[in-house]
Amino acid sequence: MRAVLALVALLIAAPAFAFIGPDEVLADPEQEARARAITAELRCVVCQGQALDESNAPIARDLRMIVREQVVAGASDAEVFAFLTDRYGEFVLYRPPFTLANAPLWLAGPALLLLGSGIAISFVRGRARAAPSGRKPLSPEEEARLARLLKE
Amino acid sequence: MIVELGHLALILAFAVAIVQMIVPMVGAHKGWVDWMRLAVPAAQIQFVLTLGSFLALTYAFVVSDFSVRLVAANSHSAKPMIYKVTGVWGNHEGSMLLWILILTLFGAMVAVWGRMLPPALKARVLAVQSSIAVAFFAFVIFTSNPFWRIGSPPIDGNDLNPLLQDPGLALHPPFLYLGYVGLSMAFSFAVAALIEGRVDAAWARWVRPWTLLAWINLTIGIALGSFWAYYELGWGGWWFWDPVENVSFMPWLLAAALLHSAIVVEKRDTLKSWTILLAILAFSFSLMGAFVVRSGIITSVHAFANDPERGVFLLWIMAFFTGGSLALYAWRAPMLKSTTVFSTVSRESGLVLNNVLLVVATAVVFVGTMWPLFVEVATGRLVSVGPPFFDAAFTPFMIVLAMALPIFSILPWKRGDLGRAARPYWGIAALSVVLGALVWALQTGGSMFAPIGVTLAAWVVVGALADVATRVKLLRAPLSESWRRTVNLPRADWGKTLGHAGVGVTIFGIAALTAWETDDIRVLQVGETFTKGPYELRLDAIDNVRGPNWIAEVATITFSRDGRERGQLFPEKRFYPVQQFPTTQAAIHRSLTRDLYVTLGDPQASGGYAVRTYIKPFSNWIWIGALIMAAGGAVSLTDRRFRVGAPARRRSEPPAAPMPAE
Repeated sequence: MRAVLALVALLIAAPAFAFIGPDEVLADPEQEARARAITAELRCVVCQGQALDESNAPIARDLRMIVREQVVAGASDAEVFAFLTDRYGEFVLYRPPFTLANAPLWLAGPALLLLGSGIAISFVRGRARAAPSGRKPLSPEEEARLARLLKE
Repeated sequence: MIVELGHLALILAFAVAIVQMIVPMVGAHKGWVDWMRLAVPAAQIQFVLTLGSFLALTYAFVVSDFSVRLVAANSHSAKPMIYKVTGVWGNHEGSMLLWILILTLFGAMVAVWGRMLPPALKARVLAVQSSIAVAFFAFVIFTSNPFWRIGSPPIDGNDLNPLLQDPGLALHPPFLYLGYVGLSMAFSFAVAALIEGRVDAAWARWVRPWTLLAWINLTIGIALGSFWAYYELGWGGWWFWDPVENVSFMPWLLAAALLHSAIVVEKRDTLKSWTILLAILAFSFSLMGAFVVRSGIITSVHAFANDPERGVFLLWIMAFFTGGSLALYAWRAPMLKSTTVFSTVSRESGLVLNNVLLVVATAVVFVGTMWPLFVEVATGRLVSVGPPFFDAAFTPFMIVLAMALPIFSILPWKRGDLGRAARPYWGIAALSVVLGALVWALQTGGSMFAPIGVTLAAWVVVGALADVATRVKLLRAPLSESWRRTVNLPRADWGKTLGHAGVGVTIFGIAALTAWETDDIRVLQVGETFTKGPYELRLDAIDNVRGPNWIAEVATITFSRDGRERGQLFPEKRFYPVQQFPTTQAAIHRSLTRDLYVTLGDPQASGGYAVRTYIKPFSNWIWIGALIMAAGGAVSLTDRRFRVGAPARRRSEPPAAPMPAE
């Protein structure tokens, strides 16, 4: 009975987390490392928020194989990404390329840092220059009176 | 019957919440003491009723009452008892009830322990807190009622998502909610202060422990979630920049900023309006988290039922509280002026820097999380934003934060001298760089990630410890003097040291794991041996095992080092027949220096099984660091200035030693 149940279990493919199959791994460790660096940038295009490397969907496996074939064929990283985006669109990339359309995404951090620093610096300098509490700067009349008093 | 009583208790709690929202607020406005006082018993009754309601639902799960729709949909009679209990919050309706339970718990805690609060402030805080509860009671009762019965109950239930059938479910959501919902307290204090138009050092002192309590729980909750994902999802990832993780991380970052800015309000009576804004934002991001997880607007492994009707209701709640409080802020905040003076180089400006970095980093996470949604709505284009983006865009802020932390956290208040403050730290900086260089030399090439991480971690940890060493005059004064100073050092300072050191420990864990992790994928026949790093692993057997509500294939793998057996690992592939769902149970041999992590894959056509083996160096330091941070928060929370009634007790104490007469 157990064996039957286990067999049933194996026949059913569910959208579970899986790992790169042993038959997918390239023999050359350097090429494999390059392929992994590329697939780490890719998502599974049919799964809900799953990375390519963790999906056992057939298409995820196909994409991993395509990347490896291209790496073995000597394609550059840029060529592999171009090949994939031509077919699956920008959606496949986890790191949107720096284009005009994606500029707000990439520039939000630096721009807000500049803005935040600007506000913070003006606040801190304002505090540093502010008159100590309870003492206001002298008005022109007071200045004039002070000058008169000092002359006397 | 018990289920109906729970339903009734929920509706009564809703009614009490409505009264508590209105009466004390009017009383505070008119100065009617009796109306204000009503808030205290009301908050307690509200909590007790909600607790009763929650226990009734738990009872339905425990006895597997499948006539309750929620139980039938999310439980099963064969499920182990612990998952029957934790399954109460393993679904949308039940987790919402837990949310409210914690919301009313915080209200009751303020009612009971807030004796020192001025009556009007206390009344307003509890009224605002209750208004949040009213919104969520309405949400649960009208759109997500957990007590609905079904006419013809099924013989057995649908079972719980197997990924959630783990002890992690017992701890992760309650801690996370204590954190999320705990931030409502800071929010209620902020709104009450805006209504009152007064923010002073005393206000900051009252609000800080509640923020600290929320932050501690959020830290533990996020760390537990990360720890759980690490072993449950079968490949040892610990952070995925998944939208739902991000919406828990953003309130954490903002709460950390709020903790720091509240210190400035307390000690220096400035940054008041900014602190109020942070308190509002921190809770608004918590509400956004609830909305994102439950509306289905962003798909994620965490998402609960994707129901547009609920999503719209939550969107209204979020819009009302965020929009309302921000409008109130725009109207009242200009009244909060401060005349405090401090120099450009001072602890105050250091804390401002901390706030700028944490808040901008939060904004980066926010933009990255929302970008795909925004682009799709605006242009119809589909884009993804994932870990590579966040690693590139978020990490720089944390690097700058870690670089600045040790020096800026020891600058004196009001006016400091950067050169003088940094002088004792040159040695530590040199030591950190040397350690980083040593790592770089040892790892024979590779990325700069580990050397930079080790340098920063050493700098932050040693810097934090050096602060204490300086304060107690270690080696500069007789040991007895140092000991006396150590004992007398305020708890808040110990908390600060621990919290900052924890940041360093986590940085080290992240850097080491990211840089040095290695893996191995292969087909293994039973009896076969292979080598991974310094270890020899042998697949001894594959057995079929039957659990209470699952069946599994379990591998027995013996690992040895230098010819000596070190232990056995039992990675599993489980299958849950009711849910038709397979899960991977990784086997992990943990240690402080490395985890040996083995997962079992599919059987191969050629015979044998796929096996993936990882060596994950120093991974546990990530969560140990988080626990140290949380411990720092807990120690700080016990500081006497936060203890209820501490000032009063101090006043009544007789002077300990007679002062020399002048």
